Amino acid sequence: MTSLVGRKRLTFSRVAIYATLLVAVAMYLVPLVVMLLTSFKTPDDIRTGNLLSWPDVMTVIGWVKAWDAVGGYFWNSVKITVPAVIISTLLGALNGYVLAMWRFRGSQLFFGLLLFGCFLPFQVILLPASFTLGQLGLANTTPGLVLVHLVYGLAFTTLFFRNFYVSVPDALIRAARLDGAGFFTIFGRILLPMSIPTIMVCLIWQFTQIWNDFLFGVVFASGDTQPITVALNNLVNTSTGAKEYNVDMAAAMIAGLPTLVVYILAGKYFLRGLTAGAVKG
Amino acid sequence: MSSTAVFTKASPLDALQNWLPKLVLVPSMLIVLVGFYGYIFWTFLLSFTNSRFMPSYKWVGLLQYERLWNNDRWWVASKNLLVFGGLFITISLAIGVLLAVLLDQRIRREGFIRTVYLYPMALSMIVTGTAWKWLLNPGLGIDKMLRDWGWEGFRFDWLVDPDRVVYCLVIAAVWQASGFVMALFLAGLRGVDQSIVRAAQIDGASLPSIYLRIILPSLRPVFFSALMILAHIAIKAFDLVAAMTAGGPGYASDLPAMFMYAHTFTRGQMGLGAASAILMLGAVMAIVVPYLYSELRNKRHD
Repeated sequence: MTSLVGRKRLTFSRVAIYATLLVAVAMYLVPLVVMLLTSFKTPDDIRTGNLLSWPDVMTVIGWVKAWDAVGGYFWNSVKITVPAVIISTLLGALNGYVLAMWRFRGSQLFFGLLLFGCFLPFQVILLPASFTLGQLGLANTTPGLVLVHLVYGLAFTTLFFRNFYVSVPDALIRAARLDGAGFFTIFGRILLPMSIPTIMVCLIWQFTQIWNDFLFGVVFASGDTQPITVALNNLVNTSTGAKEYNVDMAAAMIAGLPTLVVYILAGKYFLRGLTAGAVKG
Repeated sequence: MSSTAVFTKASPLDALQNWLPKLVLVPSMLIVLVGFYGYIFWTFLLSFTNSRFMPSYKWVGLLQYERLWNNDRWWVASKNLLVFGGLFITISLAIGVLLAVLLDQRIRREGFIRTVYLYPMALSMIVTGTAWKWLLNPGLGIDKMLRDWGWEGFRFDWLVDPDRVVYCLVIAAVWQASGFVMALFLAGLRGVDQSIVRAAQIDGASLPSIYLRIILPSLRPVFFSALMILAHIAIKAFDLVAAMTAGGPGYASDLPAMFMYAHTFTRGQMGLGAASAILMLGAVMAIVVPYLYSELRNKRHD
């Protein structure tokens, strides 16, 4: 610690640092390991063994039963998530473009009003939103949920793009305008191609948010249209019959896998979305 | 001179070009005005009515707020939020800062370790809640595991203990969000000017004191961002409670978000639910408005 150049690395403090970091790694991994182990056990095995004991017999029966129970809702979530993510990203890109490049009187005020949506506790809009969906005939439908996610995702998607486009030099746009490029040409030909990283950030952020949503799902959907998070919660918290923890854990894995896979494949963008959505105002 | 040049350039096409940006924003403006502020106002109105299963617009003044004030379950939920939020924020910050500082020491396999710390953030709170409900299961979870491993007298039944169940929520929430705090601070640490650190080292300051006296204080903005996000997560916490305890045993682990949902959508107390939602909005605003204000002010000074 006191050495200036620090060549002798394997000191006591180095060992302590690595030990702490590794204990933390174990702490973060244990729930996932337990879920996986439990999901491959038989109910008897679960009762006789413990959380981290290796399965006596590996069986996929838990996964099969879990898929039977929540598989349909998995596809509901896909049908809700895909359109909502794509449309809200497109709309966010357009909004961000206008707010950054075509400012007009009141556009900053609008941005401020929109920004507050990032922090809106959704409880405060649930009732009017459900009345509106009812009026539109969209209550308990997939398009209804898409619409809700679209509306309440807009604050973040706009924020991502607006913050990126603000950093694009004005000269670029001015030059394009002098060359006669119009509003949409500049957007489609110049800005969109250079926004690929922001598009990735936005897509991944929206995907995670919407896939993981529970509140909107439980309020605005019922029965056949529920997303996977609601189905998982119903499965785990129903008190009828003997608890099958292997099925619960397999269902939880099924609900968690899509976002987990996206995180592992594109963790860089995931993190950037979290920090951009968080730090910048 | 220049103004005449502008005038000669104006054409119908240019006029359209001038209107296009505003036109593009119109749908979003409607969404924000109606879907955000209009709906908030609507909920605000409902909180002054005696709406039960269906909305009614019979004005009852502050009755619903009075009922909240006298409602034991609301007080339990609010106190739980203070305990849950306070512990969740403090512990997540402590763990996050510690791990970030340790990871900043030129650690081998840093990328892998970071990935592990952050992955819970990608999961739904429902998945997290389901996993921790199982881990904390009295009788089959950690409870049994430690006894199997030889700790005979070990008991761990907080999940069904009305006095301790809220700590179970804290454990799960910290597991989910502390890695995110780590990532925020690590990004901040990477942005610290290394020449200041080197100068302090030459002056003979030890590494821990450099972190405590120089580096961490310079990360105050990161600290405030993290604080605000965590507070926000805590106030909105609904899915975690739904999955882990459903507010139980009894209503011992209720949080305001759960209270609002239960009264509005299952107990036919729409007016009361609306009033609780308005109070939640108030809590969020008390945290967010000063934060946004200072952020925007700083931006202007840049």
